[in-house]
Amino acid sequence: MATEILMPALSPTMEEGTLAKWLKKEGDAVKSGDIIAEIETDKATMEFEAVDEGILGKILVSEGSQGVKVNTPIAVLVEEGESADDVKAEAPAQAAPAEAKAEAPAASAVEQVKTPEPDRSPDWPEGTKMKTMTVREALREAMAEEMERDETVFLMGEEVGEYQGAYKISQGLLDKFGPRRVVDTPISEIGFAGIGTGAALAGLRPIVEFMTFNFAMQAMDHIINSAAKTLYMSGGQMGCPIVFRGPNGAAARVAAQHSQDYAAWYASVPGLKVVMPYSAADAKGLMKQAIRDPNPVIFLENEILYGRSFEVPDLEDFTIPFGKARIARSGKDVTIISFGIGMAHSLEAADKLAQEGIEAEVIDLRTLRPIDYATIIDSVKKTNRVVTVEEGFPVGSIGNHLSAYIMENAFDYLDAPVINCTGKDVPMPYAANLEKHALITPSEVVDAVKKVTYR
Amino acid sequence: MARKPAPAAETRADTLSNVSRDELLQYYRDMLLIRRFEEKAGQLYGMGLIGGFCHLYIGQEAVVVGLEAATKEGDKRITSYRDHGHMLACGMSARGVMAELTGREGGYSKGKGGSMHMFSREKHFYGGHGIVAAQVPLGAGLAFADKYLGNDNVTFAYFGDGAANQGQVYETYNMAVLWDLPVIFVIENNQYAMGTSMKRSTRSTTLFGRGEAFGIPGEQVDGMDVLAVKAAGEKAVAHCRAGKGPYILEVMTYRYRGHSMSDPAKYRTREEVQKMRDERDAIEHVRELLLQGKHASEDDLKAIDKDIKDIVNDSAEFAKESPEPALEELWTDIYAEDLPQGSAEEVA
Repeated sequence: MATEILMPALSPTMEEGTLAKWLKKEGDAVKSGDIIAEIETDKATMEFEAVDEGILGKILVSEGSQGVKVNTPIAVLVEEGESADDVKAEAPAQAAPAEAKAEAPAASAVEQVKTPEPDRSPDWPEGTKMKTMTVREALREAMAEEMERDETVFLMGEEVGEYQGAYKISQGLLDKFGPRRVVDTPISEIGFAGIGTGAALAGLRPIVEFMTFNFAMQAMDHIINSAAKTLYMSGGQMGCPIVFRGPNGAAARVAAQHSQDYAAWYASVPGLKVVMPYSAADAKGLMKQAIRDPNPVIFLENEILYGRSFEVPDLEDFTIPFGKARIARSGKDVTIISFGIGMAHSLEAADKLAQEGIEAEVIDLRTLRPIDYATIIDSVKKTNRVVTVEEGFPVGSIGNHLSAYIMENAFDYLDAPVINCTGKDVPMPYAANLEKHALITPSEVVDAVKKVTYR
Repeated sequence: MARKPAPAAETRADTLSNVSRDELLQYYRDMLLIRRFEEKAGQLYGMGLIGGFCHLYIGQEAVVVGLEAATKEGDKRITSYRDHGHMLACGMSARGVMAELTGREGGYSKGKGGSMHMFSREKHFYGGHGIVAAQVPLGAGLAFADKYLGNDNVTFAYFGDGAANQGQVYETYNMAVLWDLPVIFVIENNQYAMGTSMKRSTRSTTLFGRGEAFGIPGEQVDGMDVLAVKAAGEKAVAHCRAGKGPYILEVMTYRYRGHSMSDPAKYRTREEVQKMRDERDAIEHVRELLLQGKHASEDDLKAIDKDIKDIVNDSAEFAKESPEPALEELWTDIYAEDLPQGSAEEVA
């Protein structure tokens, strides 16, 4: 039976091409794999191989023809004893399906599943006995409790075992759980991030510690391409329950390569969940939640906060859900939105503002993916003014995103433009005076609040 | 077709003595399925039914078919973006793979992964990875999980001679041997990293030998001889299952087609490709063994050919007729609600 040879697509972007040269002439026998023509695509000149066997019965498009559309019949292949002229051109083979109609699947690029009412339920029952502990102890306790609870949970990273943790977060865990579950790695960030991700794809629940998140840049490919995207690319088959954790942001006097806040970077990636706690109670409850979550979670800690003490519920087991912000301080005049160490600056600023008669509502987002938009909008409707506070760079910051979101969803409630307080747009300097200047400070937050309240 | 004696002719003789007729027929079928499937994929690409990047496996069939013959249920495999052959060899359906290539609902990833990103938890196939060498530490991680859980499964982590120059391979070698992970690093050395030949990319051209620095044993295997590949695979598997840690197989192979569909392949001569096809083709090799050993007649093989053609045509029809994914699929599978089936929590 005669078959038509169609103009092939020979690159991802080719829609038409030039039939540069025929290497077979009418009447020639053609075997599968033979080169029959040279075709110029938008990228290169390609050799075009025959797929089917037969005799080149008729050439329909002569050489030198330009602008030949993909899927145009260019020749007819016949069997022995058949003539091309007998062949009534068959309907061209079915081309690619028409492009999906341009109906937008959702109104916005961000899937907005809005909670109509913010969740204001208490994080733990009223009257719960509290204990004082540092963020460091809270993180350690959270990991230990989850390792007790689930045999598939293990910790891996540089110096997590015998050294007892570069920042002593994992102190004592090796003694308690042994080297099978507290795994010291060589200094190989991309390697152990990949191994951890592979173990998670196979169903374990790794906690991968980066000594600091600055070093996670070496492992970024596995965090984003391997961990965050695989569930989607596998049509839902390959879950990746892993926690990447470690200190993030500026410590003190360690300069540009060791001082960077990655919150906005990770928060921009679908497939990741991103947690950045401030208090010890949140660090514990959110860490336990992160370890139980079936998705890759980025858990951004802060070296300066590790040693700070907070009240933590004295409960056998408690978790804090993702996507639920905490109102750290109620107020009616302005909303300050922050997370992580930005909360320290925000709360200090709120104290100062209170002395001047300005009552600030301070919201701790706690998780940056998902974000508790309901609590934000609810507060904006009350105060009509917003200042965001974070340590990261100003361009493409979390504050930028929140400003856009508030503008789209609560424009009529705003009495002033939203101001984003961020770190300065410079690599972190070493000199003490310059470093202090590069970081966000409580007095900058106070100034921003005065601007949006026109004081 | 005249065949030149292969460099590893002794291996061929050795391995031939303990291979059954049924096994030979099975290898013939499995390799032919990959080749015909890939030819069809190339054709559908030309028709615009398959988009983006499409890397064909034609020429390398003996590698995956030989190694799959050395596996048992529970063993895992992971590879790069040249992955169609691996999927078919481990028993994934031609329909599901082809429909993923056409980006349809019936594909293994519901059309959301494409040629380079396909997975099957059921067949323990962990992708399908588009970033060169990323699958190497991931594969070691799969092996880490098996060791952690205390079973005797083995992971095959496939990568090419191009990926062998990525740093993360050596970080992985170091940890795999440090922790005695049951992983077989399979270097499919087809001699070209896209358009760059081995000679132009490294002075250290014996790739399996790079494992020596870490204390990982390994060997070079004739990848155009399915029996030699199987024998080497069995040896590597025995090493890993015995808890002796990783093993490296550098499988010498050759791809007949370009790197991807849009590769004009100007970095090698037409003659070089034709010579491999004529003299070293893995499918022809088994075909001759079957005919010369009177294990099968021309008619028997024709019947297999027809069978394979039917499977491939059926997969193409399925891939054309399967609908595009529903628009709601844009928003699904970004986050898991619960652990997927077959996860370690259930296994443990």
